[in-house]
Amino acid sequence: MNIIVCVKRIPKTAEADIFIEKDNKDIKKDNLVFALNDWDGYAVREAVLLKEKFEGEVIVLTVGPDESKEVLTRCLAMGADRAIRIEEPIPNDGRLIAETLAKVIQTGPFDLILTGVQAEDDGWGQVGVALAQILGIPHASIVTHIHIEGGKAKVRRELEGGLEELLEIKLPAVLTIQTGINEPKYVSLAAILEAEDKETKEMTLEEIGFSPREPLDATIDQVSFPPTGKRAEILKGTPDEVVGQLTEIIKRKKGS
Amino acid sequence: MSDIFILVEHRQGKIRDITYEIFGLAESLANQQGTSFTAVLLGHDVKSFADDLSRRAPKVLVIEDENLEHFNSVLYQKTLSSLISKYQPSLLLMGHSAFGMDLAPSLSVEKDFPLVTDCIGLTFEEGKLKATRSIYGGKVNASVSLRESKGYIATLRPGIFPPKMHGEIKGRIVMEASPLEGGVDVKKFIEYIEAPITGEDITQAEILVSIGQGIGGPEHIPMFEELAIRLGGTISCSRPVVDRNWLPKERQVGISGKTVKPKIYLAIGISGAFQHVTAMQGSDTIIAINKDPRAPIFSVADYGIVDDFQNVIPILKEKISDMK
Repeated sequence: MNIIVCVKRIPKTAEADIFIEKDNKDIKKDNLVFALNDWDGYAVREAVLLKEKFEGEVIVLTVGPDESKEVLTRCLAMGADRAIRIEEPIPNDGRLIAETLAKVIQTGPFDLILTGVQAEDDGWGQVGVALAQILGIPHASIVTHIHIEGGKAKVRRELEGGLEELLEIKLPAVLTIQTGINEPKYVSLAAILEAEDKETKEMTLEEIGFSPREPLDATIDQVSFPPTGKRAEILKGTPDEVVGQLTEIIKRKKGS
Repeated sequence: MSDIFILVEHRQGKIRDITYEIFGLAESLANQQGTSFTAVLLGHDVKSFADDLSRRAPKVLVIEDENLEHFNSVLYQKTLSSLISKYQPSLLLMGHSAFGMDLAPSLSVEKDFPLVTDCIGLTFEEGKLKATRSIYGGKVNASVSLRESKGYIATLRPGIFPPKMHGEIKGRIVMEASPLEGGVDVKKFIEYIEAPITGEDITQAEILVSIGQGIGGPEHIPMFEELAIRLGGTISCSRPVVDRNWLPKERQVGISGKTVKPKIYLAIGISGAFQHVTAMQGSDTIIAINKDPRAPIFSVADYGIVDDFQNVIPILKEKISDMK
């Protein structure tokens, strides 16, 4: 069973101070830590678990700048067999990234393609499902469980309100993976060192025979901080004082 | 300009709230463009839905087919594709939901319509669609322009647009023949799976002590459980806590978990992703404890404490026991 996993390197913004670039087109990224997109980590782990059951090969694929190699190394350390980095078309949007991925994927045999449901940074949730359409194969998004049997996959999709649906889908297919589908495995330093010996191929857009189309479907005109609107009343003072106020609030609201 | 289409989302015999949220937006976009809007209803035995929708939309297009009883992106895409070819809508709107996320990107490629997902704002400027999206975990908004096109697809974030209630409209119901010739083999719906409830029902709690990944690790959970007991409440959590198996799924507050409205919602180490906020913003009083002053949770909370929870919770636990 040959599985391709498409991954993305993203900046971690959850606990960081965010500044906006002078041209207002994006946030400043030089002060941020980058990592493998959380959803993609689950997808890589799922691919490795399937490989342990069915044998075959796990190939990770990314479209991104030179620095993306560090997340490919992490994927290799997680158990992927080889990695490919494709030069990033600039500018790009989700559709163009899907087309770039398709160009490379079309050249080899595969049984299954996994992506994360969405990327932590811009959260479009578009690439996996668009990729399936470009490749002309079926897809299922927001997948929380995969069971493979005889050229078909029984997958569970996450719906709203705690509900899930069970689907049967013919392979090859694209599945976009939801967080929590498996238990991430600790990646040891030894595994990372070993991963550096595994094959990582680098390809330019010219080499894959892809010339980006213009204009893009979607372009960011500007970014801005959201309007503050209603803000919480921040309790101030020493921890003791703050908790004192908090206790009063709880007492009052509990009784109301 | 041609009509704006709204794809009606329904499941297990109910129209989903997101559909009514889209109606309000579709109406204002249609007014802006001097056009009208149409609700597109695909399903099986959906006559009662059509009546309900016709009181809110000037036109309801209905396709009845037993193969459309449950959502299946392949069959929905085929059906919508043929409707789009026939009616050439300028814009197709649907929810950024399990429904829209499985359908919009592939339909957009097939029809070569630019797609914008998870919108919190949408407008036409000189015939081109412009959207506002919330990115980087809600810390920044982006204004997005789509290229010129005869048609667009947009998915809308749930819980953002005010729902449209029953109007005085008497919309037309138009039945269309189904373009489907049976089901498909490549993707088949089998069944729904309900989440089992084994513990306490968090939707019934008056006080929720809700924890997020900011608590760092499962070793702190007993402390929060004890706090919840002392407050006479229950422990709940955000998605990452369930993903990491620190608490079971039934404790999750969020779009994919439970919607809660307690008297007091105490959010600790929760950043405030919209999937979470949508499901708890109806609480009477929201108190957030987070060390990041810019965390989006402070925009929904009534009271906030900007500090590490470890400086606050142990003291709170003591004070609460004094309270009794």
